[in-house]
Amino acid sequence: MDDLLSEFLTETNESLEILDTELVVFEQDPSDLNVLGNIFRLMHTIKGTCGFLGLPRLESVAHAGENVLGNFREGKVSVTPDAVTSILNCIDRIRELLQGLEETGQESDQGDDSALVDQLNKIAGGGQITEDNAPVSEGDEDVSAKPSNNEFGAPVSADLLAEVAAADAATAEEAEVEIKVEDAVENSTAVVTLEPKDKPVSAKSGKEASISNSSIRVTVDVLENLMTLVSELVLTRNQLLQMVRGVDESEFSVPLQRLSHITSDLQEGVMKTRMQPIGNAWSKLPRIVRDLAVETEKKIDLDMSGQETELDRQVLELIKDPLTHMVRNSADHGLEQPADRVAAGKPETGVVSLKAYHEGGHIIINISDDGRGLNTDLIREKVVDRELATRAEVAAMDDREVQQFIFKAGFSTAAAVTSVSGRGVGMDVVRTNIESIGGTVELNSVSGKGSTFTIKIPLTLAIVSALVVACGNERFAIPQINVQELVRSGTNSEHTIEMINDSPVLRLRDRLLPLISLRELLHISPEDDVYGGGKQNVVDLVPGPEHGGEAKDGRNAAEQELAAAALAEDFIVVAQVGSNTFGIIVDKVFDTEEIVVKPVAPILRDIPFYSGNTILGDGSVIMILDPNGVSASIGKGVATKDAAISEDQVIADTGESSAFLVFRAGNEQPMAVPLGLIARLEEFDASQIETADDQRVIQYRGKLMPLATVRNTQEIKVSGNQPVIVFSDGDRSMGLIVDEIIDIVEDTLDTQLQTDTPNLLGSSVFDGKASDVIDVSHYLTRAFSDWFERPEKRLIGNSSVGKRILLVDDSQFFRELLAPFLTVGGYKVTTAVDAVEALKLRDKGIEFDAIISDIEMPHMSGFEFGEAIREGGIWKDTPILALSSTLDDMHVKRSREIGFNDYIAKTDRTNLLQALTQILNRYEDAA
Amino acid sequence: MTMTAVATDSRDSNHLTVPKNDYLTMVVHDQMFGVPVLAVQDVLGQQSLTRVPMAPSSVAGVLNLRGHVITAIDVRDRLKLPPRSKNSPFMSVVVDHDGELYSLNVDSVGDVLDLSSYGFEDNPATLAPQWRSFSRGIFWLDGQLLVALDVSELLGNS
Repeated sequence: MDDLLSEFLTETNESLEILDTELVVFEQDPSDLNVLGNIFRLMHTIKGTCGFLGLPRLESVAHAGENVLGNFREGKVSVTPDAVTSILNCIDRIRELLQGLEETGQESDQGDDSALVDQLNKIAGGGQITEDNAPVSEGDEDVSAKPSNNEFGAPVSADLLAEVAAADAATAEEAEVEIKVEDAVENSTAVVTLEPKDKPVSAKSGKEASISNSSIRVTVDVLENLMTLVSELVLTRNQLLQMVRGVDESEFSVPLQRLSHITSDLQEGVMKTRMQPIGNAWSKLPRIVRDLAVETEKKIDLDMSGQETELDRQVLELIKDPLTHMVRNSADHGLEQPADRVAAGKPETGVVSLKAYHEGGHIIINISDDGRGLNTDLIREKVVDRELATRAEVAAMDDREVQQFIFKAGFSTAAAVTSVSGRGVGMDVVRTNIESIGGTVELNSVSGKGSTFTIKIPLTLAIVSALVVACGNERFAIPQINVQELVRSGTNSEHTIEMINDSPVLRLRDRLLPLISLRELLHISPEDDVYGGGKQNVVDLVPGPEHGGEAKDGRNAAEQELAAAALAEDFIVVAQVGSNTFGIIVDKVFDTEEIVVKPVAPILRDIPFYSGNTILGDGSVIMILDPNGVSASIGKGVATKDAAISEDQVIADTGESSAFLVFRAGNEQPMAVPLGLIARLEEFDASQIETADDQRVIQYRGKLMPLATVRNTQEIKVSGNQPVIVFSDGDRSMGLIVDEIIDIVEDTLDTQLQTDTPNLLGSSVFDGKASDVIDVSHYLTRAFSDWFERPEKRLIGNSSVGKRILLVDDSQFFRELLAPFLTVGGYKVTTAVDAVEALKLRDKGIEFDAIISDIEMPHMSGFEFGEAIREGGIWKDTPILALSSTLDDMHVKRSREIGFNDYIAKTDRTNLLQALTQILNRYEDAA
Repeated sequence: MTMTAVATDSRDSNHLTVPKNDYLTMVVHDQMFGVPVLAVQDVLGQQSLTRVPMAPSSVAGVLNLRGHVITAIDVRDRLKLPPRSKNSPFMSVVVDHDGELYSLNVDSVGDVLDLSSYGFEDNPATLAPQWRSFSRGIFWLDGQLLVALDVSELLGNS
């Protein structure tokens, strides 16, 4: 495409943006000749340039539009919403033609504009018939192309819109950015006063009219390069300053001071070239809201303020779509129909307001509406419907927590899907997009009063404020936006790191904060500890007694390290990612620094813990930690918000965890059972429990269900409600009589096994209390001696007999739980505590028919294990099943890619057996 | 450089086209290697490296080269050679790969040689597979052999 044409495309697209906005303003106030003049001029320019470039179709469309506008201007035709709609149609057509032009480089021959042109001409002609400025009624009848039009337009605040337009909505084409040499507002007002020329203008003068002479276009690449050079200059300057600082009377200090100032100014100047007013991202909104108002027959006022707030153009591009989506949502879902509003005692016209302002290095954008607010009851229902949480869980949540569910994928509360929104795609994407640029979204909604979304985003992606911390020998940067506070812990501090089952936690005010040791996460060896030892000449942010992070050798180095860390002086960076709050244990905290984020090399991109790297003022390179990656490493539970996090939920965040039901039976000692095994919790009327053949039974769902007590000594109520835990498999159920259901806790699976009591698997610590974990199979077989045999036979058939299974799981609990289960199913089970041990079996040449592997394991994850298996060796074609407590799409996808045959939730044993049978049968058939 | 010789190698002409080429020579574990001098951006003395925890073992760290962050690759690790003893010096040969700069950490860097007058031969069949993929062939120098390193292979799937 030749330069002239691409220039034309860029410029015309910009003009069209402005036209959209201006037209809506104009519709509100047809008497504003300034705006009309502006619109006319833009259309005229497009027409003129088309003529010059030899684009007849475009020219004819633009010409027809211009005629109507011309007649508006001369007062020959009155301004009606229909007429404005026609002009907007005309603009849309121009846009389509431009798009075709951009794709092919030529004006498309297909399509007919005559209908549109005729329609426009009729409007223009209608005006000429009645020259006395009387309202034209024919116009309405003529325009039949868009039946959806209504008499009322969207009452949009004209003043503010004018400001947006004036702020020069020069939305840059993909790779271009406009440098404004003068104040943009000045330009456009200057242009407004230009008298349109009578004769068709040449392309040259057209350009002058459209893009002010004071702007030039440079590619972003040039700016980026400039930016890099300036950053480097700043670093060099800093080094020089450092050198001179030590010398008292240096002859360099004065010129260096000057250099320093100039460099700072230069840096600021270059930064500015990347900044654009946020109004650029808003320029389309008035039109969108107007169209929406017409379509939904609502009255909507779009109130925008702070559009001059500047932010980095990269960020601007990224928030444009989320913003549009949210405004559309507010207008479509948030606001009620005029009649409903009046009935609710509100003004007929709904207000969607958009506000942007700076706050401490961030930009805050508020999107609020005065509509009906979120219907939390409806959300609760949907949550249960979609099985995102159980009814009991939902009932326990407060409104604020419930509202967070709208950010979940596929969630929509709209009763009906409109053409605009309600499809359930959206808010999750919005949140993802905003979080991907280091921003946050918060929602506050009051039923009947409206909703407010607050978006907090960094000013620029290029430079972020980061906290520099150290761990072992290494320094890392943590983006300040994720850092909530710093806590010093140690023997002499009010905060100490406590351990729950090897997971470090911190009591911080009224909540329990899960902690991640950076040292462990990154496998930083305790050897040659520079920062951990605290003996180096580094500035300690909070002075306190030094404590050596002694190096420990041996297998349990990490554990001992952690234990030592609990005693020693540590700093905890309290970080927040989305709704997850957690603490990162580091050795030292330095200062905050403004850093220039540089992407990491492709070879390092697979490591989830880094979002980039940067060069510090002293010239050294450090890695930037990605709190998202760090938080993902602990596996997060249900989105929990703010201080409402209960202790149980926090525990759920610390490592691989599973849910347990804690109950009491017989005595005061709590007992636990894996939640995944339980079908239901019931309360029966104690009087209905019958005894048949020495066996307690109860009529349950049309059948007799056997009941068992946990302990033989247990007393059974004779009246009142008797809580019962129901286990089911297929069409059989049995109930376990308990005294009281205490709680559901999530905890890491670390059960100390004991074998002397048949009904217990072992004991585990929940909430700091030792609880016995019962062996469900014991009770099941007591109720039905053939419990395990029957369903498995059905599921597995004979093909399972003698098949060799390798079970790899680091959790002893699961090995103990699954191995007998599989054995009963007819399989020969071999267990391995981790992937390394499993691979040793491979190297020994031991073959298996299938391998079941946990995903989250120390030393070597299940994924790596899978890769190692698929790479070669005798297990290359052996089916592998992944077993995990995290069932997110990413994991499932990754496991597929690696070559796992299936991916199964840990607690879903039935599914495991089924999948195993299927896979083995498939392999058998194939063989 | 004059390019009179017809390239018998259809691969990237930036790298090796047999014979006429200037090579930067370097030594790793007493073995001489060569990279086409056109692929080399910089040769640096011992640099202070920032280690990257959890990175593949062949990544020695990252370093700052005039405002650019460069990833340092430990050539010994890539070639499955024993690691350099802890305090022995090393040098960095900075090369461009797919628009990213990498530093190849080697034991020492020698002269730039015009290898056009030396004999060239394909990899011997007995060469270890790891080496074979990184070597484009062997040059016969006076008294020693030079392995022509294939930089993009070396950095490709590390």
